[in-house]
Amino acid sequence: MQLHGASNQEGRFSMIVTRRTALAAGLAVPAIAQAQNDPIRIGEINSYTAQPAFLVPYRNAWTLAVDTINAQGGINGRPLATIFRDDAGKPEDAVRHAGELINNERVALISGAFLSNIGLALGDFANQNKKLFVASEALTDALVWSRGNRYTFRLRCSTYMQAAMLVEEAAKLPAKRWAVVAPNYEYGQSAVRWFKEMLTRAKPDVQFVAEQFPALGRIDAGATVQALAAANPEAIFNVTFGADLTNFVRQGNTRGLFERRAVVSMLTGEPEYLEPLGDEAPEGWIVTGYPVEQINNPTHNAFRDAYRAKYRELPKLGSVVAYDTVLAIAAMLRKVPSLETEAMVEAMRGLKFNGVFGQGESEFRAADHQSTMGAYVGRTVVRGGKGTMADWRFADGRAYLPSEDAARAMRPAG
Amino acid sequence: MTLLVVENLAKSFGGVHAVQGVSFSLAAGELLALIGPNGAGKSTCFNMLNGQLRPDQGRVVLAGQEITGKPPRQVWRMGVGRTFQITATFASLPVIENVQLALLSHRRRILRFWKPLAAEDPAEALALLERVGMADQAQRPCGVLAYGDLKRVELAIALANAPRLLLMDEPTAGMAPAERVALMALTARIARESGIGVLFTEHDMDVVFTHADRIMVLERGRLLAEGAPEAVRADPRVREVYLGHEGTH
Amino acid sequence: MLGNLAVQALSGLASAASLFLVAAGLTVIFGVTRIVNFAHGSFYMLGAYLGWTLATNLPRGHVPFWGGVVLAAVIVGLVGVVVELLLLRRIYKAPELFQLLATFGVVLVVQDAALWIWGPQDLLGPRAPGLRGAVYIFDSRFPLYDLVLIGIGIAVFLLLWLLFQRTRFGILVRAATADREMVGALGVNQRLLFTGVFFLGSALAGLAGALQVPRESVNLQMDLAIIAEAFVVVVVGGLGSLPGAALAALLLGQMQAFGILVFPQITLVLVFLVMAAVLVVRPYGLLGRAPAGHAASLHIVEPPIAPLSPRGRLVAAVALGLAMLAPLVLADYALVVMTEICVAILFAATLHFIMGPGGMASFGHAAYFGIGAYGAALLVKHLAAPMELSLLAAPFAAGIAGLAFGWFCVRLSGVYAAMLTMAFAQIAWSTAFQWVAFTGGDNGILGVWPPAWAVPKPVQAWGALVLCLGGAFLLRRMIFAPFGAALRAQRDSVLRAEAIGIDTMRTRWFAFAIAAAFAGLAGGLFAFTKGSVFPTYMNISRSTDGLLMVLLGGVQTVTGPIIGAIAYTGLHEQLLRLTDLWRAVLGAIIIALVLFFPRGLAGLGAKQ
Repeated sequence: MQLHGASNQEGRFSMIVTRRTALAAGLAVPAIAQAQNDPIRIGEINSYTAQPAFLVPYRNAWTLAVDTINAQGGINGRPLATIFRDDAGKPEDAVRHAGELINNERVALISGAFLSNIGLALGDFANQNKKLFVASEALTDALVWSRGNRYTFRLRCSTYMQAAMLVEEAAKLPAKRWAVVAPNYEYGQSAVRWFKEMLTRAKPDVQFVAEQFPALGRIDAGATVQALAAANPEAIFNVTFGADLTNFVRQGNTRGLFERRAVVSMLTGEPEYLEPLGDEAPEGWIVTGYPVEQINNPTHNAFRDAYRAKYRELPKLGSVVAYDTVLAIAAMLRKVPSLETEAMVEAMRGLKFNGVFGQGESEFRAADHQSTMGAYVGRTVVRGGKGTMADWRFADGRAYLPSEDAARAMRPAG
Repeated sequence: MTLLVVENLAKSFGGVHAVQGVSFSLAAGELLALIGPNGAGKSTCFNMLNGQLRPDQGRVVLAGQEITGKPPRQVWRMGVGRTFQITATFASLPVIENVQLALLSHRRRILRFWKPLAAEDPAEALALLERVGMADQAQRPCGVLAYGDLKRVELAIALANAPRLLLMDEPTAGMAPAERVALMALTARIARESGIGVLFTEHDMDVVFTHADRIMVLERGRLLAEGAPEAVRADPRVREVYLGHEGTH
Repeated sequence: MLGNLAVQALSGLASAASLFLVAAGLTVIFGVTRIVNFAHGSFYMLGAYLGWTLATNLPRGHVPFWGGVVLAAVIVGLVGVVVELLLLRRIYKAPELFQLLATFGVVLVVQDAALWIWGPQDLLGPRAPGLRGAVYIFDSRFPLYDLVLIGIGIAVFLLLWLLFQRTRFGILVRAATADREMVGALGVNQRLLFTGVFFLGSALAGLAGALQVPRESVNLQMDLAIIAEAFVVVVVGGLGSLPGAALAALLLGQMQAFGILVFPQITLVLVFLVMAAVLVVRPYGLLGRAPAGHAASLHIVEPPIAPLSPRGRLVAAVALGLAMLAPLVLADYALVVMTEICVAILFAATLHFIMGPGGMASFGHAAYFGIGAYGAALLVKHLAAPMELSLLAAPFAAGIAGLAFGWFCVRLSGVYAAMLTMAFAQIAWSTAFQWVAFTGGDNGILGVWPPAWAVPKPVQAWGALVLCLGGAFLLRRMIFAPFGAALRAQRDSVLRAEAIGIDTMRTRWFAFAIAAAFAGLAGGLFAFTKGSVFPTYMNISRSTDGLLMVLLGGVQTVTGPIIGAIAYTGLHEQLLRLTDLWRAVLGAIIIALVLFFPRGLAGLGAKQ
């Protein structure tokens, strides 16, 4: 409780944060240099109040990253300042904030978007207003493909990439009869479509014997589990997450849905989703995720230690996304002579940066503006009363993206 | 000239015969009172005439046109104005707009969206209010009027479509005795001037015997007696079942 | 196969049991106090969080576990009592629906309080002791706990039934539900009765929440997720009817359990389709009765509305003049906010049109705003229509939807009509949200940008001023014109209106469609200023935003909604930027306004 309260205060009053960081940075450089050392302002729009479970760790890491960069002298002597805005989960509010940040706050670029629709709205806004938008979390493929545009870049690996990583594993299973369960909205429907398409291509003899599309956040878990069990599949592809996943797993465990059945599941290995399940976390599911406590390399260790020292808990995947977004923006800013949008866009295209996974360089592909940041693929296990991942490997995003030519073809706007 | 002909009207509710086989007629300019003890079927009878209830059997013919079972809106359009036992006016509208609205509705000019109702020619509405003695209160909202005044506003509204027949359910209920006589005198005068037939129910026997041209006595859903006030007053059956029981007269 | 069907039916029963517990509390509270209590879902969520805290902190075992569940229910009941004593008791005499505003303030405050106390993570509580496992039914397994939950549902129903049949309190509750005035006439201590009912209703919500802990994770979305369904159950069953709530919960539980076997894709729409169907066939719900007298009507005696005084006209003219000059001097962002306020004014004015003069409540007015926005956006997307044409299509699309939905809604009265509007809005929202192929789903429709001439913000602000204030002005003219007078007339007295030849149903129907069309214009404009449309344009929260604006400003004046829209939009915009606790602050402000200005902001102005 204490922890959470403390972490929240960091960003509660965005103006204060801005001022405080600016002040800290101001102290670090000689007073004479201050005039040309105005902070570089980033407008960060996210659904902080609507999705606090994901975005509190996100904002924590964001603040940590910005503080770290500023403590090291900022970008060519200029500190970074972030102006946070809460969109309350509404795209229309996000768009209004974007206008305010650009017109009133004079930010150099916009970042953020946990929800896909907000990512798309901001992307379209950026394109219309010719401003740079670096989307951090939003998963939808449309953001870089069908609705991709010159001014929009996305860090996190997309619905397509996550599905592709899981199909690779699913194809190795002997299972032929598959059932799918996904929340009934664009993300769920896309994930299912990609999974079916790619798995059928890899193994033409698979059959999909049942589909359940519970309403997002309103799963009737008992009935859904029973409906899946009735079809008697050999394997299940799950796309539900959050509260839906928790309820689905509890009912599924009690009713034995997962016994003698393979389960392949999107995002379930992320601490955000695994942690609330406690000792009831499912075992043996093939998942994408983030085994935060097991990754052992200098870059990630340093990140994990710094985060834990400041917030007294382990980072979550959202923390990684936030930290990498700041790192990528910083890398881009170091390359540009001015904060002029077109220059920043050119710098973002093909930008290479080293994320805190510590798995080497990632790149924002010039063709589709999608970063090659990867994810971890493994199996869920319960250890010490907590769910985590075992037998995991790092899946480099590069390997799960269509070729740049193919991607370019999917972008009508170029 | 016979204005209203009612034949063999009947209505029952779940096996209870509220009204059975009531027939009567009413001439233009005539005031006909419908009386009877509580539960005799007066209101049911009334509501079948004005269209709020559909009769189980029987016919209601107004000036040669059948109005049986037609909804209140249409009954009104065929020339039947009415007042209610518990007054029903538009509380949030000024008195004059209550009347203006009825006038506009009569001319089928309700579906108009621009010119304010208040700016519609007020002369005719004022004339009607003048007739019922309410012109001086024309701009007050109905919600603040005294009960007796509301009854008069209702009368003005009822007259707005130049009715041939007025149906008045307990027109003087809740009024002071002096007001009652005044209102019924006014009604009687208007009816005779304009040749309007008036059918009314009433508890106040003074009002009934002073103003009615003819009286019908309803008991347990049937017409017990009908005739001129003196004849009805003298009828021993009426004295027994009605006046005898009630003991009011 | 048989086993599967049996277990599916049992799953439906388990959902029905928890739905019934929530709905029972809601229906009892409504029956006696006539309050549409939006905070009921918050009480349910509080029950779940308290249940979680008690279950994780008390020692394991049967007695501590079940004791914790009961304790959580009692605590929530007491919270309900506090809300009743401090807030609702003071505003029972305010216009009906105004209490809804107060309970909405409570919802906002509880959301932030829960976040502050329990943190943002979903919480998974321990399972009930001894009930981890499952029982075999034929060859399928069914959770033991769900079986117990069904039993609890039945037991609570029987206990409530006994309470209402055999105790003085229960008989008073039933009497008050049937006829509120009568209880006052009997000399019953009405205050004590209301407080008691609030305790009972809130405790039932708390109990339902605490009982979910062994089944589901506890999270911050629980309140709004349950409240819509609870309302559906209460309305389908018949407001104030306990057996009705039980029957409706059973029906909906089974519909969901078997519905997903047949139509796995329309889960969200199903409950609202059922509600719409039931209300069309039985306007007062399955076991509800037409309330006596004025009970169903949301308005009692409306004060007359007056045209603006000369001074008011002057103020309006000056304000309008300043607004027209503003785009010359204001910065772009201020103009964006101004444009949004204009859109909000028109939206609020359309809702007021049917609520104030029409006397009908709508909990789903956002549907027409959204349909207007989608109508325009779909034309742009599929036919590459120009903005001018699309903007024309927006009110058209919304007006047609208003004619279609309104035809059903105007046949009902009071809260039933309001709930039917919500059902239609939810059906429209679900369609936009889930029919990805046509509407783009939650990803919405992008690229709805205006042509070059309309891109500059001053042009948009002027456009919004002219179209929105023009629309609001037209609505105002209509209110004073014969049509509006007829609308107000039928609100005052249906009996009299019909007796002077006014077709009251048709009058309401046209008013509904007119309001829908203008709301659609607001939505279309909004789409072009935002560049995109999303299902959020027609979700419940936009509908409640509209209600808040109208009630905040005061439903009884024509100027009220305009003031309400400006105040609410401005406040919301400021708070969202200033603090993460904007919900709590907004909720507190709403509660304060309700307490101190029960006639709305415009009422305040009128008094001075």
